[in-house]
Amino acid sequence: MFDFLDSGQYDLLGAFWVTAQLALYSAIGSLIWGTALAAMRVSPVPLMRSFGTAYVNFVRNTPLTVVIVACSLVLDQTLGVTLGGSDFKEIGFRLAILGLVAYTGTFVCEALRSGINTVPPGQAEAARALGLSFFQVLTLVVLPQAFRAAVTPLANVLIALTKNTTVAAAISAAEAAFLMKEMIENEAQALFTVFAIFAFGFIVLTLPTGLALGWAAKRLAVKR
Amino acid sequence: MSSVLYDNPGPRAKRRNVLYTVGFLAVLAVLAWWVLSALADKGQLDADKWSPFVTDVRVWTTYLLPGLVETLKAAALSILIALPLGALLGIGRLSDHRWVRVPVGTVVEFFRAIPVLLLMMFASAVYAQFTPVSSDFRPLYAVVTGLVLYNASVIAEVVRAGVLSLPRGQGDAAVALGMRKGQTMLYVLLPQAVTVMLPALVSQLVVIVKDTALGGALLGFPELLSQNRQITANYGANTIATFTVIALIFIAVNFALTTLAGWLERRLRQGRKTAGVTESAVTKTGEAPAEAVSGA
Repeated sequence: MFDFLDSGQYDLLGAFWVTAQLALYSAIGSLIWGTALAAMRVSPVPLMRSFGTAYVNFVRNTPLTVVIVACSLVLDQTLGVTLGGSDFKEIGFRLAILGLVAYTGTFVCEALRSGINTVPPGQAEAARALGLSFFQVLTLVVLPQAFRAAVTPLANVLIALTKNTTVAAAISAAEAAFLMKEMIENEAQALFTVFAIFAFGFIVLTLPTGLALGWAAKRLAVKR
Repeated sequence: MSSVLYDNPGPRAKRRNVLYTVGFLAVLAVLAWWVLSALADKGQLDADKWSPFVTDVRVWTTYLLPGLVETLKAAALSILIALPLGALLGIGRLSDHRWVRVPVGTVVEFFRAIPVLLLMMFASAVYAQFTPVSSDFRPLYAVVTGLVLYNASVIAEVVRAGVLSLPRGQGDAAVALGMRKGQTMLYVLLPQAVTVMLPALVSQLVVIVKDTALGGALLGFPELLSQNRQITANYGANTIATFTVIALIFIAVNFALTTLAGWLERRLRQGRKTAGVTESAVTKTGEAPAEAVSGA
């Protein structure tokens, strides 16, 4: 039943390693981009506020598949943006990260804003009374508390991101869903085994993340 | 809240804000110029690449609108099947019987942990091997199956949270009136929970509409996104224009749904005082409430 796994034809661990890398790099990127977006959306400069709002509303309502496929067809094949990748798998990998960051950043931004909303106004008022500037209020007082409050929504975003990495299969990044498509075609007699293996792989990737961050959310939440 | 973060700008702050605005505008302008010049280099700004969407009605009648219809058809079928299934699973998870609660919980958690794309590909292969579904309809079947399995488990959690957010007294009162467990759920708890969870359900519809595009990219489902290949093939490689139009259609549909969800939420919040529905469980532990699930 499992003999096709021993043939060495399929690099299961390699594929899941690519999935994990996609998730990790995109998570770091979207955390940074999402924080920047959230900062723009609460900033005193009206133009930045409206840019942040417009970006979030547009990108969040676009299907991730459209974003990722556009990364490949528009950026790579029309405009020749390859992000320094040499073969099509590498280019797909890098463009997928770009698309995932652009898309997931909006959800990080919204999670952070809900975190900012839990910080009592007195905190920011006290900080302003001390003479801190907007940037200082945000980075020294509000955001540290907002991040601690936003662990649960951010964890949900991370889990959704891990599952969303499968969309990269649409532009031939060599990750788990891409390998599963290949295996389903070649090993039709072992369809259920193949599905079980990949389902198990994703449960292994997402379940511990959820549990660990759920624990962290309880530990980190600011007791008020 | 955001206004608490900074004082009303005085003369100096106003000057500084103008400076920031100009700086940010400059960054945006440089970005826009860079993008536009890159587009112009590849001839993607030529009028004949964009004009078909305005002048040629066939782009819409042959490609875009049929694609949109397929997208909406898959989304509508999915939500119609997923809603009752999700409600059943949600109620099952609240059951007093361990032998119902535990298996239902396992099923819900399993399908929530797996990417929709995997479910769709698996469903497509199963239909191909074990059923006589013709290959014309297989993509639609596969997309709807994948979406139903995933979204029913998400809806199950929404239903469960909705029922749990009701005050205990509602169930207790129903029991005191001599209602059976099924009657309590059907006549007392569910109707109230539905109003609490309606906005979340409409938001889930946005996730479903977005996820149909997966079928277009990987399973050959002829929905809106997949039309880009035919349009760019027939109208002279106008990739940028095509993707812009397709993305805008998706955004318009989803924006309408998001607005509807927001409007429903405001309506319900206003009506709550009189309708006897209590506010949903707001966490008081200093934790932000978990937002709607961010699907693909």
